[in-house]
Amino acid sequence: MIRLVKRPVPSKAWSWATPLIAVLATMIAGGILFAALGKNPVEAIRVIFWDPLFGPNAGYFRGQLLVKAAPLILIASGLAVGFRAGIWNIGAEGQYIIGAICGAALALAVYPTESAWLFPAMVILGALGGFLWGLIPALLKVIFGTNEILVSLMLVYVAQNLLAYMAFGPLKNPEGYGFPGSRNLQQYASAHNPELIMGTGAHWGVVAALIAVIGAYILMHRHIAGFRIRVAGEAPRAARFAGVVPARLVVFCLGLSGALAGLAGLFEVSGPSGQITDSFNAGYGFTAIIVAFLGRLHPIGILLAGLLMALTYIGGDMAQLMLSLPSAAIQVFQGMLLFFLLGFDLLTNYRVRIGRARA
Amino acid sequence: MILGGIDIVTLIATLMAASTPVLLAATGELVAEKSGVLNLGVEGMMIIGAVAGFAAAVGTGSPVLGFLGGALAGALLATLFAVLTQVFLSNQTATGLALTMFGLGLSALFGKGFEGVRPPATGKVPFGPLSEIPGLGRILFSHDWVVYLSLALVVAVWAFLRFTRAGLILRAVGENAEAAHALGYRVVAVRLMALAFGGALAGMGGAYLSLVRVPQWTEGMTAGAGWIALAIVVFASWRAGRVLIGAYLFGGITALQLQLQAAGYAIPVHLLSMAPYVLTIVVLVVLSAIHRRGVQAAPAALGRSFHAST
Repeated sequence: MIRLVKRPVPSKAWSWATPLIAVLATMIAGGILFAALGKNPVEAIRVIFWDPLFGPNAGYFRGQLLVKAAPLILIASGLAVGFRAGIWNIGAEGQYIIGAICGAALALAVYPTESAWLFPAMVILGALGGFLWGLIPALLKVIFGTNEILVSLMLVYVAQNLLAYMAFGPLKNPEGYGFPGSRNLQQYASAHNPELIMGTGAHWGVVAALIAVIGAYILMHRHIAGFRIRVAGEAPRAARFAGVVPARLVVFCLGLSGALAGLAGLFEVSGPSGQITDSFNAGYGFTAIIVAFLGRLHPIGILLAGLLMALTYIGGDMAQLMLSLPSAAIQVFQGMLLFFLLGFDLLTNYRVRIGRARA
Repeated sequence: MILGGIDIVTLIATLMAASTPVLLAATGELVAEKSGVLNLGVEGMMIIGAVAGFAAAVGTGSPVLGFLGGALAGALLATLFAVLTQVFLSNQTATGLALTMFGLGLSALFGKGFEGVRPPATGKVPFGPLSEIPGLGRILFSHDWVVYLSLALVVAVWAFLRFTRAGLILRAVGENAEAAHALGYRVVAVRLMALAFGGALAGMGGAYLSLVRVPQWTEGMTAGAGWIALAIVVFASWRAGRVLIGAYLFGGITALQLQLQAAGYAIPVHLLSMAPYVLTIVVLVVLSAIHRRGVQAAPAALGRSFHAST
């Protein structure tokens, strides 16, 4: 007979071990999936996890790692603060899109004026755009008590339609021969978010991601505000007695995660992606949710989880190229990872006892 | 009758078909939430239902088997969620999100071979002369059997929750799992069944999208319908009758914006496509503003894990 006994305090050791076990379990289950698709599972796992780092063309792929990890880490750092407080912003994808539109719109409006102030102004607008988009569910929750999960998610679809409208309408490149999509910001020096150190893939978004990790660490673990956020998530009643104002917390968490998602969008549109197109968003806002959980909602954990998730993106592209593995397989892989993580989390909160219960 | 370039009879007739996927999914989710479990994976279950239903219908040539396949796939995915949240006691919000992401990925993987294929047609129910009645015939007697089934299911769920002993137990589990457990009811078993039922209906709703509404398979074709179903359950204050109103209201907006596009109004397509989502937000806001001052409508144990030892 297997029984579960609740631990008085969640186990620290298991809390860090479960992500590793989950990754291993996902590799095994993923291997089975790849085998079912008629691929050699060992080779597929090697192509995804080993080759981008140590394979023959690793030099190129290592640069891509930072490019993909930066938006994930940036967004997940903000989301994790909210998740700790029990505030569920799952509309980061929308905030990411709005941030990109706001920043890019400024650049496209003043084109082709060159100025050193342009890029900083775009960064501020990007953050502001995401912040305001995140503020919508926050204010609706505070004023009317509307569920922030549903509102923030609905706003993703609104943002996606707005993006398509912009790409086909107001922001369309007037010299683009009728093709949808804006001018390419990579060819506009003042608005371009360039690679800072050649060959590393590090652009300003990577710098911002590192600052976000450090900032989140200080906020959550070295500051009274972080303590209050955690108390609010774990014991809402106690938090109220401790003087936490729930409304302020909701606005802070959704605004912060919105601003960080908006920043991620801005750095992407002005850098690696270069232009506003209707399919410019790549689902980073949703994958960042997995990153936040895989990183245990802890800033350092998120840094590592973001890199790992970026690796699966790059490895997935490689596997698509070399083994013609469908791109959706990686999405399944990422979903499985979250399942295993949530399942194994049982070990953090409960002890597994074998044998009969003693009265 | 034509109003501003829009035929009202056609609008109402399309509305009923357009609402059916979310109506099915929302009815299923209602039962799951009544048992005290918040399954945010409706979108994932719907899209899995869409691809599985499509595959089954194309493979066998029978739309009926297609809908059964969709329901089965949705129920399987829901069972996965149920095992994780009820046996492994994982966080319901996070697990629901995972289910949606997993479902979207898995459906894209399996759907690869089905793009551009046409499914077998789901026939209309022959009502004979009834469907010849001007206006009313088009609205009431011109649909396929799934539309009528979805309406019957709403009535059945309403009656089940209100009048049967099993429905009472289900509600007890959702209001106070500890008390239900103390009375000897098997909380986990009840919730497993409620979730599987919810998954089956979500899968069937998805299958309706790919087999009737569109009708073909495209990646990500549910486009938030599952989330709207979740919103409708909140809108309905967890009551079956109001689920029907919510779903038809939403379907009405969808049908209307499609007809506005067709009627050639000078509003950009992408802005019109936003309408259902914006409306859902507006409705949620209005409802929550009303509920703020009224009674709490949600099942009391909604979203909380149950473990017999605690």
